[in-house]
Amino acid sequence: MISLAGRDILHSWGKYAFTGLGLGLLIGVTLSMAGIYRGMVDDGKALLTNSGADLWVVQQDTLGPYAEPSSLRDDVYRGLLGLPGVLRAANATYLTMQVQRAGQDTRVMVVGIQPGEPGEPRYLIAGRPLERAHYEAVADVNTGFQLGERIRIRRHDYQVVGLTRRMVSASGDPMVFVPLRDAQEAQFLKDNDAIVNERARVLTNPALNRPGAPGLAEAISRSQESSRMVNAVLVQVAPGWDAEEVAQTIRRWKRLQAYTRPQMEEILIAKLIATSARQIGVFLVILAVVSAAIVSFIIYTMTLGKLREIAVLKLIGARNRTIAGMILQEALGLGLIGFLVGKTVATLWAPHFPKYVLLEPGDAARGFVAVMLICALASTLAIRTALRVDPATAIGG
Amino acid sequence: MSVALQAQATSAPAIEVADLRKRYGTGDTAVDALKGVDLTVQPGEVIGLIGPSGSGKSTLLKCLGAVTEPSAGRIALSGETVYDGGWQNLDPRALRRDRIGFVFQAPYLIPFLDVTDNVALPLLLAGRSRREARRRARELLAALDVAHRAQAAVAQLSGGEQQRVAIARALANQPPIILADEPTAPLDSERALAVVRILNRMAQQYQTAIIVVTHDEKIIPTFKRLYHIRDGRTYEEAGEGRDFD
Repeated sequence: MISLAGRDILHSWGKYAFTGLGLGLLIGVTLSMAGIYRGMVDDGKALLTNSGADLWVVQQDTLGPYAEPSSLRDDVYRGLLGLPGVLRAANATYLTMQVQRAGQDTRVMVVGIQPGEPGEPRYLIAGRPLERAHYEAVADVNTGFQLGERIRIRRHDYQVVGLTRRMVSASGDPMVFVPLRDAQEAQFLKDNDAIVNERARVLTNPALNRPGAPGLAEAISRSQESSRMVNAVLVQVAPGWDAEEVAQTIRRWKRLQAYTRPQMEEILIAKLIATSARQIGVFLVILAVVSAAIVSFIIYTMTLGKLREIAVLKLIGARNRTIAGMILQEALGLGLIGFLVGKTVATLWAPHFPKYVLLEPGDAARGFVAVMLICALASTLAIRTALRVDPATAIGG
Repeated sequence: MSVALQAQATSAPAIEVADLRKRYGTGDTAVDALKGVDLTVQPGEVIGLIGPSGSGKSTLLKCLGAVTEPSAGRIALSGETVYDGGWQNLDPRALRRDRIGFVFQAPYLIPFLDVTDNVALPLLLAGRSRREARRRARELLAALDVAHRAQAAVAQLSGGEQQRVAIARALANQPPIILADEPTAPLDSERALAVVRILNRMAQQYQTAIIVVTHDEKIIPTFKRLYHIRDGRTYEEAGEGRDFD
C-alpha cells in the first residue's frame, strides 16, 4: 500500500513545510525555556564547583552567601583553620552591583577573593590571575569587558587583567573578581560624607563622648569606619575527612552555619531558583497546550479540505484505519518537522541569550516524545471528523 | 472475483434487483424513496436510469452501491444474492471495494496521487501488490487512451482526461457492475458522447454492466435500454440505441 499521508504531504509540501516551520518556532521556544531552566541549574552547580570549596561557612541562621545576606568577621577563618579536618579556609565577599564601564553600567556580582585560595576562578581563558593587592580584576567573559580595560567599582578604577568563563551568580549576573580588601571596601566602607556625619553623631552623644573617657569617641568612630567583614568563609576539607563531619564541628564549636556541597545545591536549586523553575514550568505547560491547539487546528483544517477525497476513499473501500492512519501520520509528520526545526532554531539562538541556555539531549528526547504524543492527541478531532464522513456524500443527490 | 464470478457472468445477470424498497424515517414522517424497484442488467450492457429530481435515482444508486442499506427487497450480483432483507454476511465496504465501480459527476480523483496511483488505488486497498496494481492501472490507462498521462498529476489533466482516469479507476478491480452518477453532466456534447462511447467500449471489453444515471438529453438516445424512475418505482422501456459514431 502506498503512503497516502506521504503523498499528500509531498503534494502540498510548501504549505506543510511552512506550517511545520511555524510549529517548529513554537517548539524552539519551548525547548529554549527548558534550556533556560537547565542553564540556571547548571550555573548554580558551576558556581559551587568553580569556587573550589567543600564547605560554605556563613552567619548563623542564614542561607548565605548566595541566597541570603551573611556577615562574618574577617578573622573567623583563622579559627576555622585550627579545626580538625580543615585544609584551607579563605574569606569571600559577594556583592551584586552596577559597574561603570566607558560611561555605561553593567550589572555584575563583585566577588572579593584572596588570590591562590578557595573562591578564586579555577581557570582563565585569557590574561593572568590577580597578583597585586589592589585595583586589579578578573572578569567573566559575559561581562563584555576586555583585557586591559578599566572599570569603575565605587570610588576606584580597576584594570581587567584576566578573563574567565561560566562564573555567574545564581541570578545569572557575570562575576568580577577583585582582591578581598577592595571588595570589602566596596561593600562595607562608608563614603566620606557618611563618615563625617557618623563622627559628629558620636561626638554629640554624651554616653559615647564622656569627659572622663578621652579617646573613647575616637575609638568608636574608627571601629565604625572599618570594613572588617566578609560574607562567607570557603573551606576545603582535608583528604580523608567527611565534609558533613567537619561542618558539624564548625556548627557546634564556632556557632556558625556551615553548608556542605549538597546542602548548597539544595539552597541554590530548590530554594533560590524554585520560583523561576515553577514559572518556567507553567510556561512550558502553556506552550504545550498552545502547540497542541495549533496542531489540532492545522490538522483539522487540512482534513476539512479533504472531506470529498475521504468520502471517495471510503466509497471505493478504504478502511477506517487507512484514513485514520493517513491523518495520524500527517500529524506526526508535522510534529517531526516541527521538532527538527525547533531543535535547530533553539540550538542556533541559545548562544544569543544573555543567560546560559543548556540544551540537554535528554530534554530533547523527552521533548520529541512529548511533541509526538501531543500531535497524536491533536489529530483525534480530525480523525473523528474524517471517520464520520458519509461515503454517500461522494454520490450526488 | 474473479474467475468464478466471471464464469457465472456468462449465465447470470450482472445485477438483478427485485422489489427493492427504501424508507427514510419512521412513523408519520417516514418517506418511501423506493417503493419496489425491479431492474436487471446483463454483463456488458450499458443502461440509462433517468427520472426527475427527487424520484429516487440517487437513493437507488446508493442502495445498489452498498452505501445505504435498503429497507427490503433483493439484490444479486452475478447470480449471487448480496442483499435479501439484509446484507448476506457481506461487509458493504468490501462489497464496494471488490465488486462495484463508481464514476461520479465530477471525476473526484485523489489530487495528491498521480494518475497511475489513482487507478491502482482500489487494487491497493484490496491488498494487491503495488507492482500488480500499477501494471493493471497501466493496462487500463492504455485501454482508455490516457497512457501518456500515466505519471502526470491530476491537476495537469483536462476534464475529459480526468473522467477517463476515473473510469479506469472504476474498472480497476474488474467489478461486475459500475454505477455512473451523471458522468457527462459537466461536459459539452462532443465530450459527453465520447465518455458514453468509452463506457460502452469498456462494458464490451470487460463484460461489465454499467448503470448510467443521467439527465443529459444528449446521451439518452444512445442507450438501448432505459429505466425511468418515478415516485420510487422503475419503468423499463427500450431506448433508441442510436449509434453515436
